[in-house]
Amino acid sequence: MQDPILSVAHLSVDLGGRGILRDVSFDLHPGQLCALIGENGAGKTTLLRSLLGLTPHRAGQVWIEGVPVGQRRILVGYVPQKIVFDVDVPLRTRDLVQLGLDGHRLGLPLFSSGKKTMVDQALQMVGAEAFADQRVGELSGGQQQRAVIAHALVRQPRLLILDEPLANLDFRSANALVALLGTLARTQRIAMLVTAHDMNPLLPVMDRLIYLVGGQVATGSVEEVVQSEVLSKLYGYPVTVLRHGQRVLVLPDAAVEPSGVIAAGQVSSPEKAN
Amino acid sequence: MWSFGALLGNPGFFSSGPVQTALIVGACAALVSAVIGVFSVWRGNAFAGHALADVSSAGGAVSFLLGISPLLGFLGMAWIAAFSMEFLGIRIGRERDLTTGIVLGAGLGLSALFLYLDVTTTSTTGAAVSVMFGSLFAIPQSLITPALAASGSVFLLVGLFYRPMMLAAVDPDLAAVRGVSLRWVGLLQLLALGLAVAVCALAIGAVLATALLIGPAGAAIRLSRRPGQAILWAMVIGLTAVWGGIWMAYASYYWFSGNAWPVSFFVVALVFLFYLAAVLFAKVAGLAAHPKPVTWPHCET
Ligand SMILES: Nc1ncnc2c1ncn2[C@@H]1O[C@H](COP(=O)(O)OP(=O)(O)OP(=O)(O)O)[C@@H](O)[C@H]1O
Ligand SMILES: [Mg+2]
Repeated sequence: MQDPILSVAHLSVDLGGRGILRDVSFDLHPGQLCALIGENGAGKTTLLRSLLGLTPHRAGQVWIEGVPVGQRRILVGYVPQKIVFDVDVPLRTRDLVQLGLDGHRLGLPLFSSGKKTMVDQALQMVGAEAFADQRVGELSGGQQQRAVIAHALVRQPRLLILDEPLANLDFRSANALVALLGTLARTQRIAMLVTAHDMNPLLPVMDRLIYLVGGQVATGSVEEVVQSEVLSKLYGYPVTVLRHGQRVLVLPDAAVEPSGVIAAGQVSSPEKAN
Repeated sequence: MWSFGALLGNPGFFSSGPVQTALIVGACAALVSAVIGVFSVWRGNAFAGHALADVSSAGGAVSFLLGISPLLGFLGMAWIAAFSMEFLGIRIGRERDLTTGIVLGAGLGLSALFLYLDVTTTSTTGAAVSVMFGSLFAIPQSLITPALAASGSVFLLVGLFYRPMMLAAVDPDLAAVRGVSLRWVGLLQLLALGLAVAVCALAIGAVLATALLIGPAGAAIRLSRRPGQAILWAMVIGLTAVWGGIWMAYASYYWFSGNAWPVSFFVVALVFLFYLAAVLFAKVAGLAAHPKPVTWPHCET
């Protein structure tokens, strides 16, 4: 097997004096599409941010392509869970995507047709051509999300880190994005780490799952983890896995009275209706 | 030259030395504030910019005491204030406003002291008015070169860090992931902001500098969809307001039979009018662009 593109060893992260992640270790290989799941507040965003060096860690190490994070910037595409764009900011979708290409460069931007082609391609990949020339602040939440995904994709990173990329998307956009991620993983060997509360759209393309609970992770292949008993245990909530031919569907079990299962304050909605 | 001024109803306008100095220093202030203003308004830093300008008045007052160039005085104080605000803790909106307000208060207190000392210990008359509200026609010719140098530095800094500054303004995390050093960008932005504030304070006074720093930028942002376009609009608006204000102040000598009104008043009034016009224009244009009837996909007729 190839060297891992992302390697995490014994990572521990504290926030506000509280231990959020404890001794987290896992590897991610080129072309792997890995879902990161866990309930609200489990520390998914914290984990992704510390992988990127945005949140400092207390102990452990993170290597991207064999280089410790923070030493040298490697090509990583990142889509944060939430970005707020003010309505009156003079920035078109196209400009945001272009910043993903050359936003770190010094000097004034000069027009280049090569760059424009790359920007157009990225816009097209996420289906953002229609609002390419609109201000980002004027777009809907889902449109903004697609714009940020294009921003992350445009430099053709080797590792993509997506925090809830499907949260604001309609059926069509969500499925289109999942198909795109699957294609990129397969054809360009891009490794991806994706958080999602609703894993159903991702099931056809993902090959691994990382489950985060109590600050620690459990990893497994889709076959191992996507089972009614395993998921029910992980979520602490009855979950049914339905199989119909090729399709797999994960459903929270509404028929069971939940009050006995969920401890107060732990309510999670792993399966938001899309 | 003379005949052109006369043609505009202002005999002697272009041949007057003070007017030439005013036109050049005013242009510096307008152009520099356009560049910095767009970034300040974008990042919601308008209040911080305003506070810096106000606080720089203490530096302007000190310059009279020490007999140094007022530009240096404004600049020194603007930088001191900028770095104090940076190090006193910012980030969160409300906390930032609080810190800014506290630094602003302290700076203006100093300013009150130094202006008092100006009047009592030196024989400067009108120091308070020229520090606070500026007097473009009274700027000595020797300040043209420093003003040009300060403006040139701002253009150099912003030109060099244009894209990282923009990315950091969009979202600091996205910038950090791209390898942009937020610390450096923040530092350079403060340096540039201080320089811009100093040039503006010299031109139209420390208190009124805000008008030039955020007025044209605020108007321009409503008129443009692209960052570069917004900066260009801000330059055009700022330059028109400053040069128009100088021209009107010069002409007001004839309008009010020998009692010319201050330049700063006309500049600020024009900036305000442009801002109003831009807001109105954006409203009207926005309304016109809007409605599109919505139908269900299968109910289209
Ligand atoms: N800046 C901070 N200071 C202190 N605690 C924080 C901070 N940011 C997050 N936390 C805490 O860290 C924990 C993990 O938060 P995180 O955002 O990583 O959760 P998450 O798994 O992404 O949740 P969600 O599904 O809601 O996005 C939460 O309990 C949160 O309260
Ligand atoms: Mg999160």
